[in-house]
Amino acid sequence: MKDDLYELLLEGLGQTLYMVFWSSIFAILLGLALGISVVVTERGGILPAPAVHKVIGTFINTVRSLPFIILIVLLLPLSRLIVGTSLGPTAAIVSLSIAAAPFLARIIENSLKEVDTGKIEAAKAIGASPFTIIFRVLIPEALPALIRGLTIAVIAITEFTAVAGAIGAGGLGSLAIRFGYQRFREDILFATVLIIILLVQSIQWTGDYTAKRIERKRFKMD
Amino acid sequence: MITVEGLSKSYNTVQGSIQVLDNIQLNVRKGDIFGIIGFSGAGKSTLIRCLNRLEEPDTGRILIGDEEITALKGAALRKARQKIGMIFQQFNLLDAKTVYQNVAFPLEVGGYDKAHIRTRVREILDLVQLSDKENSYPSQLSGGQKQRVGIARALANDPTVLLSDEATSALDPETTYSILELLKDINRQLGLTILLITHELDVLQHICNQMAVIEKGRIVETGTVDKLFFNPESQTAQRFINIIHQYQSRRFAVEGVGAGI
Repeated sequence: MKDDLYELLLEGLGQTLYMVFWSSIFAILLGLALGISVVVTERGGILPAPAVHKVIGTFINTVRSLPFIILIVLLLPLSRLIVGTSLGPTAAIVSLSIAAAPFLARIIENSLKEVDTGKIEAAKAIGASPFTIIFRVLIPEALPALIRGLTIAVIAITEFTAVAGAIGAGGLGSLAIRFGYQRFREDILFATVLIIILLVQSIQWTGDYTAKRIERKRFKMD
Repeated sequence: MITVEGLSKSYNTVQGSIQVLDNIQLNVRKGDIFGIIGFSGAGKSTLIRCLNRLEEPDTGRILIGDEEITALKGAALRKARQKIGMIFQQFNLLDAKTVYQNVAFPLEVGGYDKAHIRTRVREILDLVQLSDKENSYPSQLSGGQKQRVGIARALANDPTVLLSDEATSALDPETTYSILELLKDINRQLGLTILLITHELDVLQHICNQMAVIEKGRIVETGTVDKLFFNPESQTAQRFINIIHQYQSRRFAVEGVGAGI
């Protein structure tokens, strides 16, 4: 009975990594678009548009107020429309990306708002366009904070994949529920937990390391 | 070079509207180092920030060179800003960029090619004596060096005027002196018109030839710097001069009592 352990874990880990990777990519892209928009459209921002600011803000809050498991159910038709199925890791990527994007948007918003307004004014004063200010000033200046924020979000997405696993997404979460819980396979339960812990640790470590490297380059004393 | 006519601005606050600038008239000639002095809250910072439209004036006209700044919008305003250099109290350098990249930034915005940018950045870093710091990041520099980078950035795109928003207020007296000397040199070498705001009489005395005194959003006195020191007419100017006199009389008193120390 025990020789299926590695095979199951390997498949589960593969599916989890696949879901985490692609959901993170899409969620980061969506989150950046939302987060940047919400920052620049603010009153006194780079491209002030208080009405747009309010609409985006309300949208973010609405999606964020839904519990993730309900959101997945709500997004099932969309998964079916985009990837043709509502089951499996690929279908889960659709729900995961959309569910995580507003969370990312708020994290990105926080990081971008930390950029000193004086720097933005200096860029305005040299005649930089809003586009230039966003991509040459705002994002590079906020980069270490952004990376730390994205690390939090990718870990949250990892947790989300485990939840999604409970309702048919596959991956380590599904393994823990289907085998560990429903079939009393404690070896599988503990193994999945261990793998998820290691996964989260390595994501955190990578994020910390990258942010620190950038900071060390910018702020080292010689 | 810089003409301001009937410039007014008010802020809306919870307590009602506050008039920060009230019908400002100014005339800065080409090649002048023009100082605007005032106590905190007089409106001097708002005034200088209106000149490149970091603040929007309510009414009035601003002309810099032949360009009517108050009539510009969008891309045309950005184009005009490229020719108005500005330096700040807090330097406002980009921490993510090296000294070289900070100075190159306005040139990239101006759309110059790489080769031109390289020559120009080297030239201007040479002028502010920071050629050896090209690859340093701002956090590795002292306050005075940071302001030199700020000046280099402001001058990179060959502006017609330089606006200085309390550029030396965050620096110690010695560094202030060296930055003022640099600005003076630049004014002499390039014939660049400089408009600066300050709350320090020393700054006016050291480099300005023309000045204006601002109080509660109004220009209460203008003229040469000598006039301010020898014959202050406005109350604000007299208050500034009195500060010096008080120090002087105290010094005499202390020196009189403490003979031999």
